[in-house]
Amino acid sequence: MTKLIAMLILAAASRGDLIQRTPASAAGKTNPYADDRDAVLAGRKLFSHHCAACHGREAQGNGKAPPLAQPVVQNAAPGLLFHLITNGSLRRGMPSFAALPEPQRWQIVTYLKGLKQADVR
Amino acid sequence: MLRMLDMYMQVICIATATVCLLLPLARAQEPATFITYTHQMEEPGNLEIEDHSVIGKPDGGNRFLGSALEFEYGVQGWWTTEFYLDGQATTHDSAIFTGFRWENRFRLASGEHWINPVLYLEFEDINGADKGLLEVVGNDGQADLLDSNADSREEREREIEAKLILGSYAEGWTIAENFIAEKNLAAGEPFEFGYAVAVTRPLALKARATECTFCPENFQAGVEAYGGLGTHRNFGLADTSHYIAGLLAWSLPNGVTLKFSPGFGLTGSSVPFLFRVGVAYEIEQVGRWFRSRR
Repeated sequence: MTKLIAMLILAAASRGDLIQRTPASAAGKTNPYADDRDAVLAGRKLFSHHCAACHGREAQGNGKAPPLAQPVVQNAAPGLLFHLITNGSLRRGMPSFAALPEPQRWQIVTYLKGLKQADVR
Repeated sequence: MLRMLDMYMQVICIATATVCLLLPLARAQEPATFITYTHQMEEPGNLEIEDHSVIGKPDGGNRFLGSALEFEYGVQGWWTTEFYLDGQATTHDSAIFTGFRWENRFRLASGEHWINPVLYLEFEDINGADKGLLEVVGNDGQADLLDSNADSREEREREIEAKLILGSYAEGWTIAENFIAEKNLAAGEPFEFGYAVAVTRPLALKARATECTFCPENFQAGVEAYGGLGTHRNFGLADTSHYIAGLLAWSLPNGVTLKFSPGFGLTGSSVPFLFRVGVAYEIEQVGRWFRSRR
């Protein structure tokens, strides 16, 4: 069922090639810090250290690095984002962040998912 | 001698301060290791400037400070290039520039796997007075560090070096193994071999919600071992030097990483004690920064 939902989300996405290419099996992983307020703040800090140089301080995107509040990212399963952060896409300029411990990569995912919540507010 | 060391340190400090003031710094994912390479590549477009220094005293010789100033640039996600300027200062002798190195690392597989291979190729043009000890190969030993700078700088070492780097991340641990082959381009010189292995881990895996200087996730600790494996004519662990060293890295919120490593010689050929210090700065998206200034 989870795989089917992930596939539907991917099919509905109009942008975000990298997410579309991420194996659907990655969607099954659950975020241990979902809705954790501290994880959002920690994720924001980690984002500013490791991601903002390319994606912009507010994740607004910059050149080849896409904006991260866009629907294709916000609708993606947390596991897909985690897989992308972990593996990157070396040929397309997205580095691997596997050197960051797993909890920190999940904290970044939590922050990214929080971008949508902030927009709704 | 102290004046020379002092001048050298002043140049490093002024260059570093200039970089800090002029360019935006980024928080690096800087490995804690000094000798062992992990499969981690420089982020594309980022430039890291690092000074590696090693202090030691061979038995029967003078205390020395070997230093390498490193410029590491992420060309692509799968390709990192580095340029080194090497120098050393020896007490009761002199301080000299010893040469340069140019290395390239190519990640062989995309995505993360249990073991991630990286191919490393280096050309170095240094002289025999180099005391950076960035790797140990062949039958390298402390006897190589006893000649005066005037004599040893006459020996020219133009060498090609290749490494197979294998790296893994598991449960917060970083594990890396390097297999080294080096050839002096002078005729008749043998192929020399060496190894380096390391294990490191951050003191905390989860980040705190606020910026902090002393929180445990900013520290990495570990251990590395490295040494020579003889030559193609005389392969093995004997008659060469081997070291084991503790590792500690501290990443500051302003993007600076400080690294320390006390190392101990394990054989009679080894320098009994080596202390390494590293200071690293990562400058984010250098290419974009220059393009925006045009």
